[in-house]
Amino acid sequence: MSDASINASTVNAQTRADEASFGDYFALLKPRVMSLVVFTALVGLLAAPVPVHPFVGFCAILFIAIGGGASGALNMWWDADIDKVMKRTKGRPIPSGKVEEGEALALGLALSGMSVMMLALATNIFAGAFLAFTIFFYVVIYTMWLKRSTPQNIVIGGAAGAFPPVIGWVAATGSMSIEPWLMFALTFMWTPPHFWALALFMRSDYDDAGVPMLTVTHGRKATRTHILVYTVLLALLAIGTAFSGIGGPVYLVVAVVLNALFLRGAWKISRRTEEDAEADNFKVERSFFKLSLLYLFLHFGAILVEALLKNYGLGGW
Amino acid sequence: MSLRKSHELHQRRFSRNLGVGLTLAAFIVIIFGLTIVKVSGTDFTVPTSEVQN
Repeated sequence: MSDASINASTVNAQTRADEASFGDYFALLKPRVMSLVVFTALVGLLAAPVPVHPFVGFCAILFIAIGGGASGALNMWWDADIDKVMKRTKGRPIPSGKVEEGEALALGLALSGMSVMMLALATNIFAGAFLAFTIFFYVVIYTMWLKRSTPQNIVIGGAAGAFPPVIGWVAATGSMSIEPWLMFALTFMWTPPHFWALALFMRSDYDDAGVPMLTVTHGRKATRTHILVYTVLLALLAIGTAFSGIGGPVYLVVAVVLNALFLRGAWKISRRTEEDAEADNFKVERSFFKLSLLYLFLHFGAILVEALLKNYGLGGW
Repeated sequence: MSLRKSHELHQRRFSRNLGVGLTLAAFIVIIFGLTIVKVSGTDFTVPTSEVQN
């Protein structure tokens, strides 16, 4: 066997091992983020005071999810260089060499166009336009512009993740009111403390990638204070929402309990020094991050329960 | 080199091709379902020009 044939067979075997499966292309759509999009959009759709045909509702959620996934693929295309550096993201399909950047771009663009068009056809033009704006906001405003240029990246970029319940509401009603914006505000205000807690215990990642997270630009003490301030504002908003059209007694109980726990966590984080955090391997920050996942899920779950109870003459005030 | 039906490429990419095939089939079902729902809805009206034809 010649050297050339040995090299050729090695390269061939390498190609086979690294070849992308269907799952790798699906991973470009960020399925975990998509699950949050599906859930919050579903709550927005069901909390709307207009009944939707179940199949149309299913299609609306599906196309919102695909639009969210498409923006995830475009985000991975643009951020391939920094994903290679960060521990948390280097296993993604592009940095691991399974999918090429151009493939992610093509998939993202194709799915963006398809999802916007199909949502507009299935529900209404307004919802389709809103989905298009959300994709634009996440990809251009957040990923291309803010993420690498300002420590407020998470704050403003959080808006992109907060749009799905508004799109769900608009898909059902074809119009706008204050309630979907309360759901938007809930996710918008929740995003900074959620990500800053992550940045506190995944610290070297953002430093290495040169992403100007608040922890890097303003220091860790300032980040801890920011988490507390945002959590206080979030608590006021979350409990205030209980007295709106989408709130009710069930939501109020959930909001009071969760916000008390969240405030307690934020207070502990703000009082800790780096030495304390290092000593217990960021135990408080990690548990605050885990609680933040439950926090958003249960708030939207409570809004959903209130909406479902209304069908039986219960729910709301 | 021509690709014969039994080429190992087909086996290697079977799961990917199956995934794409099933996705496209699901898309067809969705379009069909949406069409049925839309035309059987109460707010659906046939354009006047179509009726005259």
